[in-house]
Amino acid sequence: MARIELFSDEGFRCDGRRPHELRKMSCRLGTFEQADGSSYVEMGNTRVLATVYGPRETKSNRSRLLFDRAIINCEYSLATFSTPERRRKPRGDFRSIEITNNLKEVYESAILTELYPYSQIDIFLQVLQSDGSNYSACINAATLAIINAGIPIKDIVCACSAGIINDTPMVDLSYIEESMGSNAMLTVALLPKEKQILSMESSGRIHLEAMDSLVDTAINGCMDVNNIMKGTVLNYVME
Amino acid sequence: MLSNIGCIRIMNAETKETAKSAHWKARKKKVLPGDEIADDVTLMRGHGTYVDSDSKLISSVAGHVCRINKLISVLPLKTRYNGEIGDIVVGRIVEVQSQQKRWKVDTNSRLDSILLLSSVNLPGGELRRKTTEDELMMRSFFAEGDLISAEVQSVFSDGSLSLHTRSLKYGKLGQGVLIRVSPSLIERRKTHTHNLPCGVHIILGNNGFIWICPQIDEGTESGGFAVNLDPVSFSDRETIARLRNCIMLLARQKMMLYDTSISYCYDISTEYQAS
Repeated sequence: MARIELFSDEGFRCDGRRPHELRKMSCRLGTFEQADGSSYVEMGNTRVLATVYGPRETKSNRSRLLFDRAIINCEYSLATFSTPERRRKPRGDFRSIEITNNLKEVYESAILTELYPYSQIDIFLQVLQSDGSNYSACINAATLAIINAGIPIKDIVCACSAGIINDTPMVDLSYIEESMGSNAMLTVALLPKEKQILSMESSGRIHLEAMDSLVDTAINGCMDVNNIMKGTVLNYVME
Repeated sequence: MLSNIGCIRIMNAETKETAKSAHWKARKKKVLPGDEIADDVTLMRGHGTYVDSDSKLISSVAGHVCRINKLISVLPLKTRYNGEIGDIVVGRIVEVQSQQKRWKVDTNSRLDSILLLSSVNLPGGELRRKTTEDELMMRSFFAEGDLISAEVQSVFSDGSLSLHTRSLKYGKLGQGVLIRVSPSLIERRKTHTHNLPCGVHIILGNNGFIWICPQIDEGTESGGFAVNLDPVSFSDRETIARLRNCIMLLARQKMMLYDTSISYCYDISTEYQAS
């Protein structure tokens, strides 16, 4: 069987992009009325909805509330119809729990939680269509929803994935690249202004020598994503 | 028609803004999270800002910069309600805590507000003592789900609000329509309760909750607990529904809400038939 050529000799990837090019990204703020903040992000065919509620008082886990800052509650779910093969349940598998915990840590350091004692901020993420780089799409969507909700955040947190295919680092991997070609993949979330990395997550084996170039590629991808997100937020503010 | 007016006003605002140039002192400068507002150390930082490691003032929300003397704050477009003393709010009772002699009220603030039994006017005079029977009767005054209008009495250290209804103006709300808009759209004014010329009474809560009800005659304000359950006439209901749609339209166009803007919008809308 002929394998799909992930990276051609002419320097194109299987969907026609150059290694450093992102997929088409579009975002929208305020998709829901009743939530405090919401957003919709498309990165290529990966589509994510994010909703944010809070800061608010909760009835259920009052004992977990902190006296000096807000707690952040995340929920990541991958819709049953989002993948090529239908999934049994939308959440609860190992990967979802991992992403949920990562997201929580990212936003605990990015949001100025100390302004809101005894409160809770809920972030709900729903992947409607999964075509690779779900985690980075989720971070971008959650950031936009938080900005929409007017919650103080240090910077426009953005994320991008990168991987190595045929010894070439490339950004924003699609599902095919993620599943077939790349044995090394890295997702970086950062505060773009100070280029401070909030979270770095990798899967597969990365050679130490390739690590630096991979991180740089991912950071460059993040800055591109950041420009798109800035434009969206600016449009929203100017309305 | 309505949106045209919105556009014209927004355009006016924009031309003014460009006239003032991009100088940071321009009142309506727009910023995004992470944008630098100023590096002047003598300025005081207000809401929506933080100071980074280089002691620069950085915005933490997306909105416009507001400067009062030395105090710089950034006002986001949409946010939870930040209460201030003296604000008029409309809220919903979510919990009756007879043990602690208080009600918990949802006012779209980040923590539930508190209404103490000692800060309500009970039937039978202002200076009446609150007895243990009153404590047991608390649910008969305000039960879960009731809507009330109240005034912010004080703000606790954790940011939650203490309300009071010790005036005939405040108390339980009877028949009418509640609209929820962003608190930043309510213009701060001297009065927030109006009898509009179209024959409708309106309470513009500072917390973004707007209550529309049929006109109340002067002097017969219930001042508390008695709720008028007489049927409301069809014409009144039609006016209320039209006014509600007007407010929703203004809110969608991000126009400030106060008695004049709402009345104007209503007058323009009378040209159109309800279908």
